[in-house]
Amino acid sequence: MKALTFKQGIHPEYNKELTKDKPLKNAKRPEEVIIPIKQHIGAPLKALVKKGDQVDLGQKIADGDSFVCAPIHASVSGTVKDIRKVTDPGGNTVDAVVIEAADEDTLNSGLDKHESLDELEAGEIRNIIREAGIVGMGGAMFPTHVKVSVPDDKNVDYVILNGAECEPYLTVDHRVMVERPKSIIFGLKALMKASGAPKGIIGIEENKPEAIESMQDAAKNDDNIEVQALETKYPQGGEKMLIEALISREVPAGGLPLDVGVVVNNTSTAAAVADAIRDGKPLYERSISITGRGINSPQNLIYRIGTSIAELVEQAGGLKDSAAKVITGGPMMGAAQKHLNIPTVKGTSGILVLVKDEVEDFEPSPCINCARCVDACPMFLMPTQLVNYAKHDMVEELEEWQVLSCIECGSCSFVCPAKIPLVHHLRLGKAQVMAKKREEN
Amino acid sequence: MNNELIVTSSPHVRSQDSVKKIMWSVVLALLPAVFAAVYFFKARAISVVLTAVVGAVLTEYIFQKVRNKKIAIDDGSAVVTGLLLALTLPPSIPLWTAFFGSVVAIGLGKQVFGGIGQNPFNPALVGRAFLTAAYPVLMTTWTVDGVSTATPLSKMKMDGIATDTWNLFVGQIGGSLGETSALALLLGFAYLLYKGYVNWRIPLAMVGTVFVGTFAFGADPIFHLFGGGLMLGALFMATDMVSSPTTKNGRWIFGLGAGLLVVVIRLWGGYPEGVMYSILLMNTAVPLIDRYTRPRSLGEVK
Ligand code: SF4
Ligand code: SF4
Repeated sequence: MKALTFKQGIHPEYNKELTKDKPLKNAKRPEEVIIPIKQHIGAPLKALVKKGDQVDLGQKIADGDSFVCAPIHASVSGTVKDIRKVTDPGGNTVDAVVIEAADEDTLNSGLDKHESLDELEAGEIRNIIREAGIVGMGGAMFPTHVKVSVPDDKNVDYVILNGAECEPYLTVDHRVMVERPKSIIFGLKALMKASGAPKGIIGIEENKPEAIESMQDAAKNDDNIEVQALETKYPQGGEKMLIEALISREVPAGGLPLDVGVVVNNTSTAAAVADAIRDGKPLYERSISITGRGINSPQNLIYRIGTSIAELVEQAGGLKDSAAKVITGGPMMGAAQKHLNIPTVKGTSGILVLVKDEVEDFEPSPCINCARCVDACPMFLMPTQLVNYAKHDMVEELEEWQVLSCIECGSCSFVCPAKIPLVHHLRLGKAQVMAKKREEN
Repeated sequence: MNNELIVTSSPHVRSQDSVKKIMWSVVLALLPAVFAAVYFFKARAISVVLTAVVGAVLTEYIFQKVRNKKIAIDDGSAVVTGLLLALTLPPSIPLWTAFFGSVVAIGLGKQVFGGIGQNPFNPALVGRAFLTAAYPVLMTTWTVDGVSTATPLSKMKMDGIATDTWNLFVGQIGGSLGETSALALLLGFAYLLYKGYVNWRIPLAMVGTVFVGTFAFGADPIFHLFGGGLMLGALFMATDMVSSPTTKNGRWIFGLGAGLLVVVIRLWGGYPEGVMYSILLMNTAVPLIDRYTRPRSLGEVK
């Protein structure tokens, strides 16, 4: 099988060997969870419980009226101790439900169990996905039921599952693909049925041969599902890069994959969809890689959402003395955390701990116009020029030179020999253009 | 763990490349040409090269000191300029002239624009252009083994005498320090290519255009490729990152334009050479070239 790919991009060190062969195991059940009640891109939710309430595992504790939102469920049975403001891994201040765990869990989600997809209509599947609170688990946390709700004037012919896992260090999707391939295929079929797509493709980077083999084996009886190897290159897992690599279509600027007949989901998301349909299990737990040279015993765990990062770090043997930076997510797009007292959310796929030597202090020097950033950008932008415009508040030029297409993948900053924090400036540039657009409307 | 966690924005890992690494690799890549110069011109070459490099680094230091900037002479960029300038000079040049050329190259060519990354022109070429204008005689006196000779290009231009092709390629011809051996220059360039520190589109377009252009107008293309400063200019000066385009198409256009200018100057102009002016002229067009060759971004409807 010839590995496919997109144009440009970079080759960071992958560092997956730290955890790639460590099977998923259940994290210790936490004594307390702090569950932020906004874990999706979209409208805010209202809490359905109050202090003192008894809740069951899987019980819905927050929901909203808007179409673009995803409910939240209790990740343990227990007592609501408090509802208070916390800082989530993305740095936002959000309301959170604090639950003190009871001795035992009783699953009570109100979701039915379905052995097969045949008994379900597309709309019913979408409803289950919504009620189970499923969002994109690669990190973006966009509500999945919205993704598969195809407007009447659009036609979808592919559901693409992202098994690229192009972020260095992370091995979550890898483990799920190796250990739960049948669930992923079941979830994929559900997503295909929900969106009306006749075909499914699972794209996996070549550096995960076990995952490719495992998925191929699970899909061998399905003619309409294809497992495709992808070149190991960052950001291969970017939605637009995947679509470009797998079916040579180009998502229009400002548009969605839907505009080119595609729905893209993460492999772990597909597995969560299967859990919801077959086991009536909403998204209250997920897998994570706790990794990096700054952690004592790197591993892959399945944890209850709302478990604090401190607790997960503890279960992975704790931080080494040399630990210098703790990142939620991967090293390219993840967020550095000030402290460990942060709750996990549905999109937390990794905790990466870097040691001092790896956290050089990158003092920027002037741009030498080397064009490495231009040659790396998977969106074919000109980061060096855009940053120049951003620094000089040249909003019109920023817009004309397509700053809004920047996916903040970090490839440009990665290659820059002058160590200029390009992405940081690009974010500011994007904000300038957005502000101008808001003003105009 | 008793220390504070570090918080910066993503990405949290960076490639190993740095400006310093790139610049010192260019220095390394120029060494074969320097050795060739020493082989052909002996101790004289060593003194000219050292003088030019010391002049460049010293000027850089003084500017940074006076302007209270961080002293960054160890980034290697001034060494590159000094070396490049030296390679464009005739071996017989008085040392003070070489020194002065370096002062101008760094001072006027780079520091007045704000230092590294800001210069619109290749600093070494600015230095050389200045010397050519100020000391035309010193800059066109060529000596081999104590005997005054002309460069192959001027011999051809002025007297219609051709030089043997093999000698042109390997060396042993009249000319500036770095013009003598195309082989040495190509060797260094190959190293930079391997490291990924240089782009190949500009030199390919430039050399290709000169080849096709001179051939089309009935001149000897091989001779124009290797006799004179084309190789040095195309491989190491037109490719100067700071003063060349950042887009792929822009690089083709830059090389093509510079090549055309060389052909025009050499075949119809008053100078036997022309590489220097061609590159300097194209340098002025870089912002424009970049603007008009911006690639279509993914999904953009232009
Ligand atoms: S400009 Fe944006 S999309 Fe392009 S490499 Fe940089 S972060 Fe990625
Ligand atoms: S990679 Fe850095 S130094 Fe090179 S052009 Fe881009 S911003 Fe400038």
